[in-house]
Amino acid sequence: MSLNYFDLFGLIPTFDIDLTALEANFRKIQSDNHPDRFVTATASEKLTSMQTATLANEAYQTLKSPGLRGSYLLGLSGIIAVDEKNNQMPADFLMQQMEWREAVEDAENARNISALENLLETIASEAKQLQSGLSNQFKQNKLADATDSTRKLIFMDKVRADIIKVIEKLED
Amino acid sequence: MAYSDKVLDHYENPRNVGSLDKNDPNVGTGMVGAPACGDVMKLMIKVDDNGIIEDAKFKTYGCGSAIASSSLVTEWLKGRTIEQAYAIKNSEIAEELALPPVKIHCSVLAEDAIKAAVSDIKAKQQAAKEAA
Repeated sequence: MSLNYFDLFGLIPTFDIDLTALEANFRKIQSDNHPDRFVTATASEKLTSMQTATLANEAYQTLKSPGLRGSYLLGLSGIIAVDEKNNQMPADFLMQQMEWREAVEDAENARNISALENLLETIASEAKQLQSGLSNQFKQNKLADATDSTRKLIFMDKVRADIIKVIEKLED
Repeated sequence: MAYSDKVLDHYENPRNVGSLDKNDPNVGTGMVGAPACGDVMKLMIKVDDNGIIEDAKFKTYGCGSAIASSSLVTEWLKGRTIEQAYAIKNSEIAEELALPPVKIHCSVLAEDAIKAAVSDIKAKQQAAKEAA
C-alpha cells in the first residue's frame, strides 16, 4: 500500500491541516533527500531518494493549496471533484469569474496596479469565505457540497495566480 | 509545449472575440468553466428566424488551446442550424487544431459551451412561445 500525501508529512487527513507542520515536514524530507547527501550512495539509493523528494514536492504543492487539498481529500473518499468532462458550474459563479477576468484585462491595459491589488483583495476575501464553508462541509461530511466548493476554490486560486502574474509583469 | 500552427494562428489572431446583446431574444449565451485548469469560456450565438446561426462571439480566459478551440467554433457556427451546432463533437475540434492529448479537455470545454448556448436559445424561444 502506498502512503497518501497526508501520511507522508505525518498529518491527519483533514481539510484544516497545520500548515506550519506541513511546511516543516516538507523541508525535512527535502533536506534528508538532498542529492548532496547521496554523492557516495548506490544507484538504487540515489533513485529512491530522488523519487521521495519528487513525491514530497508534488504532495506539498497539492496540500498547500486549499482547492487542490480539497480535491485530493475528496479523492481519498472516492469522489472525483475535478473531472475534465464536467465543465458545468453555476451561472452566477461563472458570470462573476468573467467580470473579474474583464476587470483584470482593463486594469492591465491601463497599467493600473492598485486596481489589480484591490481586485486581489476582493477575491482573497471571497476565497476565504468559501474556504471556511468548505472546512465546515468536510467536518459535517457534506461531501457533495464540499465538491462544489472545491471546484469553485480552484477557479479562485487560478484567477488570483493570474492577477499576481500580471502585477509582476507590470512592475518589471 | 509546442502548439500546432492552427492553434497559434487562432491564438494570435482570434476570430470573433466579443459579446452580443444578451437580452436580445435571438441571442443564446453559453458559459462554462473547467475546474481542471480554471479556464472560463463564454460563447454567444445569434439565431435568425429559420434557426440558422448568423453571428457568434466568444470570450475565453485560459490557455492558447482553449482560446483557439473557441475561436475556431465561432467560425464553424456561422451558417449552421442550431441542431447542426449542437451536433459538433469535441473530437472534430481537437482534430482540426491537432491538439495533444493533454489539451483535449479544451475542446471538450468548447463543445460544452456550444451546447450551453444552444440550450439557452432554445429555452428563450420556448419561453417566448409560452408567453405568446
